[in-house]
Amino acid sequence: MKAAVIIFPGSNCDNDAKSALEKLFNAEVSMVWHTDTSIPKVDLVILPGGFSYGDYLRPGSIASKSKIVEDVINKGKKGTPILGICNGFQILTETKLLPGVLIRNSNLKFICENTFLKVENNSSIFTSRYKYNEIINIPIAHHDGNYFADENTIKKIEDSNMIVFKYCEKNGSISKNSNPNGSIKNIAGVINKSGNILGMMPHPERAYDKLFGTVDGSKVFTSLLDKLLR
Amino acid sequence: MKAKIFITLKEGVLDPQGKAIAQSLNNLGFTGINDVRQGRLIEIEIDKDNKPSAFKEIDQMCQKLLANTVIENYKIEIT
Repeated sequence: MKAAVIIFPGSNCDNDAKSALEKLFNAEVSMVWHTDTSIPKVDLVILPGGFSYGDYLRPGSIASKSKIVEDVINKGKKGTPILGICNGFQILTETKLLPGVLIRNSNLKFICENTFLKVENNSSIFTSRYKYNEIINIPIAHHDGNYFADENTIKKIEDSNMIVFKYCEKNGSISKNSNPNGSIKNIAGVINKSGNILGMMPHPERAYDKLFGTVDGSKVFTSLLDKLLR
Repeated sequence: MKAKIFITLKEGVLDPQGKAIAQSLNNLGFTGINDVRQGRLIEIEIDKDNKPSAFKEIDQMCQKLLANTVIENYKIEIT
C-alpha cells in the first residue's frame, strides 16, 4: 500500500494521517509539499486537516488553486482514491470535485469534541468495513464545517447515495440536537458520484488507536484494503 | 485602473455572522433591524488598456478564485 499526504502551509494533521497509515497497515507514505507539481504513483492521496494558507479568502480556496492540487484533480478524475479530512474536505469542495461548500459553524464557535456519526453508505471503498447504519464515535475540530448546498444539489446527492456520514445521537437518531455545526441534513461526509473521492469533517486519523479513546475511525483507512486486495 | 469587487452571500444561504452582528446591534439599542448580511470587498489595481478588458479579466478572477459561486454573488465596479 502506497499513499501520499499533501502538505500545505498551515496543514497540521499531516503527520497524524501518515501515522495512521503506517500503524494500521505499514503503508509507504510520501509527504508531498504544495509547490511540487506531481504526486508519485500511489493507491491513496490524503488532503489533511489544518488551516491551509491561514484560511485566507475562504477555507481551502487558496490551496484548491495550488500546483499540487492540479495533480490531485487529475488523479481524482482518473479514479485514484482521494480522502479529504476537515480542511481537506473544504479543499475538495473548492475544487468542485465534491459538491457543496463548508461555511462557518452556525454557533460561530470553533468546535473540538467527539461526535457520533451514522454510516449512511457502507458500499464505498472507504466504508466497506462498516456496517450499514453503524454508529461510530470520531472527533471533530473545526470552525467552518457547516455543510451547505442548494436544494437541487442536496436532492441529487441523496438520490445518488453520496452522503456517507451524518452526525447523530448516541442512539443513532438524526436530530437537530446532534448537529454540531448547522450542516444541512446533519451531513458530515460526502463522496463523489464515481465513488473514489471522500470528504469528511470528522477526523478518522485521530481515532484509530485505543490511546485516542476510540478506534472507530480506523475502518475509513482499512476499508481501502478490500479494494486493493481485490 | 482600479476595480472594486463586492462579494455577497446568495439569498437563502445562512449567514451566522450577519445574525450575530444583528444581535449585537439590537443589544446596542438600534431598533428596526430586519436582517444583516455580511459580505466582502476586494480592491484590485490592474494594468489594462480599457474597462471592458479589465472587466473580463476580473470576471475570470471571480469565477476562478475570488468568489465561490455555490454560495456567493459578485459585482464588479471599475473606476
